[in-house]
Parts: sequence; structure tokens; C-alpha cells
Amino acid sequence: MWSFSGISNSIHEWLSQTFNPTLTIIIEMVIAGVAVIGLFAGLGLVLVIMERKVSAWMQIRLGPNRVGPKGMFQSLADTLKLLVKEGLTPTGADKLLFNLAPFIAMIVAMLLMAPIAFAKDFQLWDLNIGVLYVSAISSMMVISILMAGWASNNKYSLMGAMRSGAQIVSYELSAGLSVLSIVVLTGSLRVSDIIQSQADGWWIFKGHIPAVIAFVTFIIAVTAETNRAPFDLAEAESELTAGFHTEYSGMKFALFFLAEYVNVFIVCAIGATLFLGGWMPFHIGHWAGFNHVMDYIPSSLWFFGKTFFLIFVIMWFRWTFPRLRIDQLLNLEWKYLLPISMVNLLLVTAMAILKWHF
Amino acid sequence: MGASSLIVLIIAAIAFSGIAILVARFVLKPTTNKQKGEPYECGIPTQGETWIQLNVGYYLFALLFLIFDVELVFLYPWAVVAKNVGWVAFIEIVIFFFILFMGFLYAHKKGALKWM
Repeated sequence: MWSFSGISNSIHEWLSQTFNPTLTIIIEMVIAGVAVIGLFAGLGLVLVIMERKVSAWMQIRLGPNRVGPKGMFQSLADTLKLLVKEGLTPTGADKLLFNLAPFIAMIVAMLLMAPIAFAKDFQLWDLNIGVLYVSAISSMMVISILMAGWASNNKYSLMGAMRSGAQIVSYELSAGLSVLSIVVLTGSLRVSDIIQSQADGWWIFKGHIPAVIAFVTFIIAVTAETNRAPFDLAEAESELTAGFHTEYSGMKFALFFLAEYVNVFIVCAIGATLFLGGWMPFHIGHWAGFNHVMDYIPSSLWFFGKTFFLIFVIMWFRWTFPRLRIDQLLNLEWKYLLPISMVNLLLVTAMAILKWHF
Repeated sequence: MGASSLIVLIIAAIAFSGIAILVARFVLKPTTNKQKGEPYECGIPTQGETWIQLNVGYYLFALLFLIFDVELVFLYPWAVVAKNVGWVAFIEIVIFFFILFMGFLYAHKKGALKWM
């Protein structure tokens, strides 16, 4: 049957038969790099048009509908437009940091791709501390935002970057604690082990109410971590123009935008992996027949379906909740989410030790 | 692919952003203008210094974050073995959280969580 791992294996076999080992590794690296860049650009285009179409649908209007069939090529046209715009650097700016910040944002977003399992046996690096790696790298995201805000020499940018810094570091805590509750249940930090442990049901079903609480906390926390509405104080357009990327234009702005959307994709992929089973099809305990039928749907379809469902939920948030004030935002994290997720972690631990989960 | 994938990813990111920015630079002819380099603050000329000290509220949250983030890193190895160790691990983590929560309450009483 058609599958990603089959394709990658046949490419590997063909290369190792045709070339010598060193050349094989180099060619494989080039293929992987090109594939990741393609995925990156494709995700950017798809998520931008999805965001615009979803918000149009929520507000009962048409959205982009001129370029291509039903406006599907709108984001491609926007990319071309951004390509011919001049990338300005303000005169008072710190030029080195100003130009470095989009690169850092892109490198962080790209590095987060490594431990994500896109399909069965299809993963760049299945490292044994996968979950820790994700939380370590994703906390570097804040560096690029602070760098951009500071270097711009613009008061709005600086305020936006400072808010974003306080917000991202705060919400990282409850995101980390809810990830830990799944690690306690699984007993492993490796992504493939976590997915394999959900072969008889996803954790959100197997883990009873504590897993649901952890899932909800995780979704709220990652929405804040990726600076999405209703937590988009870093770029609150009604108060701060555009926040930390006010001074960015042209391709540098596009890179920030792309990194932001890819980060949304990655946090949703991590959420889908931990709570909804990643590429694991919908299985119920020992119902062999039912599980077998579900296995016929390709694993990549399951993964992308779950991930895009979570992305849709996060886009839904944007048009449902009004933006919070910065003190309300920090209160929500420090006075509610953090104690809740700490108590929830204790509950999950007790449940795991008593073996109350399925 | 193993650890070499990190190198591939970093090079891919730098190449992708570098090429995008360079192409954009070659495609257009830059024009110069006296007001082009000014910071955009909604049309009004900017007043005073930008790189000033900001509200200490952000700083206190960063300090609090540091305490809790170190705690979180300690929790990762615990979480991996918690299920096998059993109730000892549970009691240990309750003591750990209790000490941490006392610190949190202290910060709360001192007004570190109040927005100024």
C-alpha cells in the first residue's frame, strides 16, 4: 500500500545500490532539506488561505475569491507581492540584530520539525528525549521576538516584544506540565513510544478526566505561546500597530509570518501526537475487526487530519473570544492554569500508579 | 536520520530565508527618501529615547518563571520513572510541590503577581 515510509525506504535502497555510502548520505540529506523546505513553504501557503477562509466563514462573508478557483491562489499571489517589496531597515535600528531576528525565528521553527512523526515510521529524528527537545527548542522562540522588538528602535515594537516575552515564558509552564502528565502515563519521552502506547486508544479517552483537563490546558497554553488571538497582545493592532514586527517589511516580515504559522502547525502536531495518538488510527481496546477497518485509512491522513482539526480549533478561538488585557492574561496563567495543571499532574500520577487508566 | 538531521534543518532554514531575502533584494530597485528610515509610530515624529527601562512587572514575572522552569526540568526525569517507582515517587513529588507552592504563596503575598 502507498505510504511515506515505503517511499523513503525505496529511495534509500535505490540510492545505496547506485552510489557509494558517503554520497548516499549526502544525497539523502539534500533530499531531506529540500523536502522540509517544501513542506514549510506549502504549510505557510495552506495555513494562510485556511485562516482567511475560516475567518470569512465565521463572519458570513466570502473571503478571498478572485485569484484562482475560489481564491485558492491568493496566498501565492501575496507571497509574490511580498517578494517585490523593499525590506526596510530603520535608521536608528540595531542593524545586526534587526536582520538576524527573522533567521532565528526560521531556524527555531525548522528545528521543531525534527521529532514530529508525520506518518508511520516517517520521522526525521526519533530521539529518546523528543518531548523535552520540543519544549527546549520552542522556548527559544521568544529570543527572536525580543530581538526583533528591541532592535527596531520603535516604542510599539519594544512594548510588544516585552509583553510577548512575559506571556510566552509564563504559558510555557502549564504547557510543560500538561505534556508531563502524558509522559507520566507513558513512561517515555520518545515520540514513537508515546504514539505506540496509544495503539489501544488515544490518551484523551484512556486517561479519563485528568487527561481531558491536561488537553484543554495544553491547547490554551499553546495558543498563548504562539501569540494567537485571544492572547495576541504582542501584536495587538488596535494598541501597538503591529507589535514586534511593526518595522519589518517585505520578505523579512514574510519570514516572521511564515514562522508563526509553522509554529501553530507544530504545536498542534505535538498536541495531536500526545493526546490524540499522532498517526495512530482510531482504535478501541480489543475490537480487532473495528481496529483493522480503521487501519485501512493511511497513517499520514490520520496525522494531518488531527493536526488540522486542532489548527481549526485555534482559529475558532480567534473569532470567539475577545482579546485579554495583559494583567488578565498573566492572572489567568499564574492564578488559575498553573495551580490547576500542578494538581492535575498529581491526579494523573496517582491514576498511573493505581493503573486506573485503560 | 539521526542527529545529522539537525544540521540539515539549520542549513535548510538559513538557505531558505537567505535566498528569499536575497531574491527580494535583487528584484527591486531601492529608492531613497528622507522619511523612509524613520520609525513608524502612526505618523507622528517619535519623541525621546526608545531604549529606556520598562515596567518592572515584566521583570518579576521573568524571575518567577525561572524558578518554575527549573522545577519543570527536574520533573522530566521523574515523570519517566514515576509509574515504575510507584507511591514513593508520588509522595516525593507531593513534598516537592509543597515546597514550591510555599514559595509561590510567598511571592503572591509579597505582591509579585499583582500588575503594577
